[in-house]
Amino acid sequence: MTSVVAAPEMRRPRVTFPHVLRAEWLKFRSVRSSWLTLAVTMLLVIGLGALFCAARAAHWPPRDPAEAFTFDPTRISLAGTFLAQLAMGVLGVLVVTGEYSSGTIRASFTAVPRRLPVYVAKPLVFAVLSLVALIPTTFAAFFIGQQLLSSKHINTTIGAPGVTRAVVGAALYLTVVGLFGVALGWLLRHTAGAISSLFAILLILPILAQVLPSPWNDDVSKWLPGQAGQAIFGIRLEGVSFTPWVGFGVFCAYVALFLLAGCAVVMRRDA
Amino acid sequence: MIEAVDLTKRYGDKVAVDRLSFSVKPGVVTGFLGPNGAGKSTTFRCVLGLDRPQRGRVTVNGREYRDIAAPLHEVGALLEARSVHPGRTARNHLRMLAATHGINKRRVDDMLGLVGIEDVADRRVGGFSLGMGQRLGVATALLGDPQVLLLDEPVNGLDPEGIRWIRRLLRELAAEGRTIFVSSHLMSEMAQTAEHVIVIGRGRLIADASMADVVAMASGARVLVRTPHRDVLAGALAEQGHTCSRVDTDGLEVVGASAAAVGDIAFAAGVAVHELSAQAATLEEAYMQLTAGEVEYGAAALDTSVEPR
Repeated sequence: MTSVVAAPEMRRPRVTFPHVLRAEWLKFRSVRSSWLTLAVTMLLVIGLGALFCAARAAHWPPRDPAEAFTFDPTRISLAGTFLAQLAMGVLGVLVVTGEYSSGTIRASFTAVPRRLPVYVAKPLVFAVLSLVALIPTTFAAFFIGQQLLSSKHINTTIGAPGVTRAVVGAALYLTVVGLFGVALGWLLRHTAGAISSLFAILLILPILAQVLPSPWNDDVSKWLPGQAGQAIFGIRLEGVSFTPWVGFGVFCAYVALFLLAGCAVVMRRDA
Repeated sequence: MIEAVDLTKRYGDKVAVDRLSFSVKPGVVTGFLGPNGAGKSTTFRCVLGLDRPQRGRVTVNGREYRDIAAPLHEVGALLEARSVHPGRTARNHLRMLAATHGINKRRVDDMLGLVGIEDVADRRVGGFSLGMGQRLGVATALLGDPQVLLLDEPVNGLDPEGIRWIRRLLRELAAEGRTIFVSSHLMSEMAQTAEHVIVIGRGRLIADASMADVVAMASGARVLVRTPHRDVLAGALAEQGHTCSRVDTDGLEVVGASAAAVGDIAFAAGVAVHELSAQAATLEEAYMQLTAGEVEYGAAALDTSVEPR
């Protein structure tokens, strides 16, 4: 009798890290919301950047001369990043919590019972995809923004000191915010909880910190994850923040810590 | 071969599985029976390494599930709870699981065909009926061509045609020498497919025996005898210490006696016998007795394969 289900031609199947990476890539690309959220991120970075630059150019010079002094053409062309970070954070959360809410996590961990390969592959695939999509996006936002600012001759060039770092840095920052979302997704498993935690850390904490009496407010602020990370795309630095790479390093360290904590939990917890 | 030794799993202070030991032998269909909430799904989750037991262990082919290099190739599982992203198509769900093991696309297509959902393979799973979802689950379980299959309530949500399909598939898979461990809360379902049954209730082992043994042990010996002189025979049986009850207009049901003994008593009493037959309990009755009377039919009385301590 011939077998109904046997697969004699199958190569010896085995779980390897490259296989798991491929599976994670398939998971990411086979859900519509991944692409939708990524597209929204790109749109926000480019669209808002252009909007801010156009508005600034239309109202130049500013009424307050001090504003003209602190004006940073790179930063304003990348201003969309502030809103786009929320979309990117949501995407990071969803690639994990989407598995928990749908129960896919059981299928994933049944296929890869050691779990660690899945845990590592997911942020890795996410980071590569995010950078591939967002580095061109931030460059586009920069060039479009400078084009709009050039009407008032207040634009800068990509070759100016720190500009390339800031443009690439915005993409790096958005990617790490996404990874922050991934970590919170692993830790909390629930979409709503993870997203609100992320927003609280990125948006609410800075407001609370400013309520503290001076100089504590600035001392605390610069150590907050979002503030530290955003140093990478600031050109003219306010005295209270870290230098670009140090700030970004602090941000990455926070996220790495959350990822490590998530890993410890996921490896032990019932799926 | 699946082997559980002293398996204990608690969720908070609720004990889901309590010192459960059993072994599932290769090459036969073993039914895993118990009322809803008895701990069947928890046991499966422990087998698959999804949940970590507080005590004891469970192994597949001598290894813990986590230590298997190609788990989908060794063990196929259909879990009761759905485990597919509603926004993903059936084909993509299988392809992403296949990818973890380097299983090719053709195998995915073959499995979609085998379970009969190739027409909807590129639709998103969110719109699937329970039956289609169940078929996708079976395709998932068979994806790696595993020797061991764990199926949690596979007929749930299937229409009669689907139920027949599952039964035939299970028999075919068993005929190929695969180990099949299939759970149900319905004894009648098991009667169609399983040779051996493991019965649990409230997380504890109640029975681990062949289907025939379970029926025999649970029912006890009962004999139906029909006679025109029922009262005379009832008196004679009572004298010999047998209890009996009246059935229909001319029948007596005798508990705890063989047909031969009842025939001898009737002959000695000079009573004509029109019918004399040993009665087997139906599977459903046997199962109800087993799960209702945990004290009376404790694991110790029926258990045939628990490891010596």
